[in-house]
Amino acid sequence: MSPVPFRLPGPTEIGGALRRRLEKLAFRLGGDRLRERLAALRVHTNEFGQDPFGMDLKYVTTALGPLLWLYQEYFRVQVRGIEKVPPGRCLLVANHSGQLPLDGAMIAVAMLMYAEPPRVVRSMVERWVPTLPFVSTFFARAGQVVGTPENCIRLLENEECILVFPEGTRGLNKVFARRYQLAEFGQGFMRLALATGSPIVPIAVIGAEEQAPALVNLEPLARLLRMPALPITPTILPIPLPSRYTIYFGEPMRFEGHPNDEDRVVEEKVLAVRSTIQSMVKVGLEERKRIYF
Amino acid sequence: MNSDRPAIAVTGICGNLGRVLAKLLHKREERIVGIDRRIFPGKPKDIEFHQVDIRKRKAEEVFRKGNIGALIHMGIVHDPRMSAEEHHQFNVLGTAKALEYCARYGVKKLVVLSSATVYGPRPSNPNFLTEDAPLMASARFGDIRDLVEVDILAQSFLWKHPEVETVILRPVHIVGPTIQNAASRYLRLRRPWVLMGFDPMVQLIHVEDACRAMIEALRPGLRGVFNVVGPGEVSLSAIFKELGVQPVPIPHLVARPLLEQLFKMRFTNFPPGELDHLQFQGTVDGSRFVQATGFRPKYDLRETIWAALR
Repeated sequence: MSPVPFRLPGPTEIGGALRRRLEKLAFRLGGDRLRERLAALRVHTNEFGQDPFGMDLKYVTTALGPLLWLYQEYFRVQVRGIEKVPPGRCLLVANHSGQLPLDGAMIAVAMLMYAEPPRVVRSMVERWVPTLPFVSTFFARAGQVVGTPENCIRLLENEECILVFPEGTRGLNKVFARRYQLAEFGQGFMRLALATGSPIVPIAVIGAEEQAPALVNLEPLARLLRMPALPITPTILPIPLPSRYTIYFGEPMRFEGHPNDEDRVVEEKVLAVRSTIQSMVKVGLEERKRIYF
Repeated sequence: MNSDRPAIAVTGICGNLGRVLAKLLHKREERIVGIDRRIFPGKPKDIEFHQVDIRKRKAEEVFRKGNIGALIHMGIVHDPRMSAEEHHQFNVLGTAKALEYCARYGVKKLVVLSSATVYGPRPSNPNFLTEDAPLMASARFGDIRDLVEVDILAQSFLWKHPEVETVILRPVHIVGPTIQNAASRYLRLRRPWVLMGFDPMVQLIHVEDACRAMIEALRPGLRGVFNVVGPGEVSLSAIFKELGVQPVPIPHLVARPLLEQLFKMRFTNFPPGELDHLQFQGTVDGSRFVQATGFRPKYDLRETIWAALR
């Protein structure tokens, strides 16, 4: 008999243990509902449990552990109108805020737990994400895809549901004085919608602005450090505060036109989506009673 | 010699891939003319074989006299230890010559075996590269620029010579028990390196499926550039789990300089440029070929993974 050599646990073992912990947390918080929802998901996985883009439901559940806790206990998310999300391909378009992209995560949790049928939201990550160790792998397994137009079109043609923040970091990192004022929208999402004939579901997220109110954004320093932004919040680092979230889903919007139309023509449609979301935000703010407690 | 019916010429027939192709063509009772500068051990009697360098005049004789109906050109070397110049000369000049013979001697069909690695694994790649994606492989891995050049030579031939039905195939990593390419050798390692925290999706194709795709490409009427994909995508870690292999995770910042030194000192035959395949995705979309030919791989994902070993 050969002795079992002592070996320090490698990153795979540590990762595996952590993954099982988080998975357990997900099931503790999600309960039978989560089990049913996961079983009802329509995913195209191979014999190794991976879909062609590298998503693995085990990892989706892992990510869900902490996110469900944030959703239920910390941000106490309320959802309105999620039944309006159509089955099949769609682009979810939302306002972006809160310094950290937790608004996206909360929308994803809502879609998995409360949409009918349950959906795994695939969001488009920055192109430098694949260069980061661990992060790149985890994002891919959790269903996040590098944000190239080709990937987006392919997913929509596979009848998937994609989350887009057309404001990008302009919205995410705005200062508190400009809260709930939508920044400029990019046009990419509209061209993708036109190319694939996908409906656009406007979404307003209320509450994310207050999770990390940025007093100033030190742009010159951010440029020096090659960061997209450097917001200074009351907690110095943008640690999220427990603000209450409400997510409003609007009526799906359908647009006709050519994906390569002139900017001017596409811009009109983009503005229609932007003003819809802006007015949904306005209504949401009027309805809101409590911010934190 | 029965040379009244047009033959299928195969360059690089003595390689491991070439011999599998020859066997499949032989089963279909095609008339085969092999061209290679190496010897052909165990050659079936009815395969006509010319041991000649494709760049030499004697190779041209084969085309002039041989009644060649189709050429499958896979006489392309991938030897990381060969001098860069010799490598380049053989692959690029050899291909240029082969194309020239096709145009000059009325060869009707040309199949060039390129590879999906010509796109290059890159962080900004879409998950499924289509045939019109730029060929960026040599941007980070200069030693394989001749493979990109071969592909581009064949592409320009495709447009310049409409009279020759040209098909360029870009199969994903070919694996098989006898195959000696980087992918197969890597999967046979007992303690393979992986880059810590990276786990790209990988596409493999069984050597027989790759050969079947080449034969499929001979069908009349088919021309163009096609990716050829096997049974699908799977992550590198899932492959090793299936094979029961414990890979060694190395931080990517250390791995590259380390492998450079090891390669220089001849401790390994894996050039450092190959590390990109362990870090980034270079997976491709094979649907164009499937739509054009109805090609379906015979081997499933598990069988293909294991084929690298057995």
